[in-house]
Amino acid sequence: MLQRTQHLTKLYGVAEGHRIEAYERVGGYVQARKALATTQSAVVDEMKKANLRGRGGAGFAAGVKWSFMKPHATKPAYLVVNADEGEPGTFKDRTLMERDPHRVVEGCIIGCFGIGAHAAYIYVRDELHLSKERLWGAIREARAKGYLGAKPFGRDYPVEVYVHTGAGAYICGEETSLLNSLEGKRGEPRLKPPFPAQVGAFGCPTTVNNLETIAAVPTVFELGGEAFSKLSALHHLGDGGCRLYGVSGHVKTPGVFEAAVGVTLRDLIYDLGGGISDGGELLAVIPGGSSCPVLLPHETVSAPDEKSPLHAWHGKSVLDVPMGVDTFRALGTMLGTCCAIVLSDKVCPLAAMQNLMHFYRHESCGQCTPCREGTGWLDRLVTKLLAGEGTLDDLDRIHEIASNIMGNTICAFGEGASMPTLGFVRKFRRHFEDHVAGKPCAAGGRLHA
Amino acid sequence: MPFALSPERDRELAEILSRYPNRQAACIPMLHLCQEQNGWVSDEVVEFVARTLELPSAHVLGVVTFYTLFNQQPVGRHQVWVCRTLSCALRGSDELLRHCEKKLGVHAGETTKGGEVTLRTAECLASCGTAPMMQIDKNYHENLSIAEVDRLLDRLLAGG
Ligand SMILES: Cc1cc2nc3c(=O)[nH]c(=O)nc-3n(C[C@H](O)[C@H](O)[C@H](O)COP(=O)(O)O)c2cc1C
Ligand code: FES
Repeated sequence: MLQRTQHLTKLYGVAEGHRIEAYERVGGYVQARKALATTQSAVVDEMKKANLRGRGGAGFAAGVKWSFMKPHATKPAYLVVNADEGEPGTFKDRTLMERDPHRVVEGCIIGCFGIGAHAAYIYVRDELHLSKERLWGAIREARAKGYLGAKPFGRDYPVEVYVHTGAGAYICGEETSLLNSLEGKRGEPRLKPPFPAQVGAFGCPTTVNNLETIAAVPTVFELGGEAFSKLSALHHLGDGGCRLYGVSGHVKTPGVFEAAVGVTLRDLIYDLGGGISDGGELLAVIPGGSSCPVLLPHETVSAPDEKSPLHAWHGKSVLDVPMGVDTFRALGTMLGTCCAIVLSDKVCPLAAMQNLMHFYRHESCGQCTPCREGTGWLDRLVTKLLAGEGTLDDLDRIHEIASNIMGNTICAFGEGASMPTLGFVRKFRRHFEDHVAGKPCAAGGRLHA
Repeated sequence: MPFALSPERDRELAEILSRYPNRQAACIPMLHLCQEQNGWVSDEVVEFVARTLELPSAHVLGVVTFYTLFNQQPVGRHQVWVCRTLSCALRGSDELLRHCEKKLGVHAGETTKGGEVTLRTAECLASCGTAPMMQIDKNYHENLSIAEVDRLLDRLLAGG
């Protein structure tokens, strides 16, 4: 169900929308002022009611995550905001930073107060120079107004917000790798437990949230947690609010759109995305960033069990299932970052998979052997198959390698690389076999007409 | 010759250090600062960062080699990155890259003879909705056509 909203994007398209005057004209900083006049537990409770599922990929409930933060006798706490935005196909957080950076700063103030922190670090990938500039600009403006610093809004609760930059490594989007990078180290993921809420940045209790998660916080308080949650068609599944949807690839109008949770892939591709470009038909869609297994248009939902979150869509097309954290997990894929990549039938699915395997091979941090070696093998095997030099044994080998990465690595990068691999080889089995038989599809290895 | 930051960047470094509870955390921002001045991270830069932040050189070198944006060799006056990842590839980044290679007379990863431009590929730069795209120095160029790429590269080659 497509229900467009304009909470997170109300300043998109407004001239000078990134300045504090524009933000305050639309009610900016009112919620931070109010929240700081309440208590930490009141803030966390409101967040729990909002059913705001993390927008970074894993979909963990933000309010619950905040409630894990316990005051420590000697150590300070930190809020770390993840704006590494490196997942292929994902380009939503950048729009918030560029067009409404004050929303992020206000979210940081409320977030710090809610988790008991006095400092927030926003980790932005280095390439996003305009984003960093806009965030620093917003921080300076907020500080000059007394919204940041020793006494935000006159309350004796110091808050500082800083921007920290990465240096070109996808893995630094993984939260523990990000923490190492923030501490000035190589961005290698850490074993969990301990979780960041116990041992995070600089050895201190830390909450890591995606940038869009934090940007939604002022809206949670503006509407009230419950009303925020009820915007969503999946409120009953504990998946609340509104969010940013992205669509790229072979659609007529790619872009970022805001809507209540519950948009279907059909809405996203054919309504928001304007339909398939260049006169093609839909071949496949990767729903939420490259780590999410691909879906095909002819697939239907099989959920006869009444307890399944998908039961209401039993027998329907996967394109008609509302995009939610639990609905998409039950479909055997993931919602991820909610930014879909659309492939038309004029391109070769093997080439798409090869493109992504090259990515994962390049970005594996090299710490865990199954991931470091496995992503290399996968890339080489799919490249060989694409060149028409592969065998059916190679297909089985891909399956075996991907299965051996899963569950055997320190972080979820391993799953992020192997799950889409398994999806491609299972769902495009016929294409792979045709390549082996020397009869590749009409697209013949092309990704672009 | 040992490396040192310009007075202006030195002031910036002091401000950077004030953001963190320890000196090590300034490692990546400081390397960026040095690279901005020097163009690349030389052994002298590594030594300088290690000394300033009171870290072993091996730690700093470990950081430099982990992140793709730290240049371990001298590079051209301008940096061009063409995004090669899926959303861009679906919209013609392959042709775009081939065109750049032809026009500049180098392969991805190389620098033009006159030292004007280093051409590289990049992995997804969070600009998928405006593909194909490339980054030149600190700026994004989106929704690119071959004609637009020509204009941009001409400007770089002319010393702009
Ligand atoms: C390989 C990998 C890359 C990730 N990249 C990002 C990223 O770029 N941005 C992000 O917010 N989360 C990313 N995540 C998810 C984070 O680890 C973490 O779950 C998230 O930042 C938590 O925020 P949230 O609960 O608000 O979603 C990544 C995870 C993995 C395994
Ligand atoms: S794929 Fe090129 S910017 Fe995302």
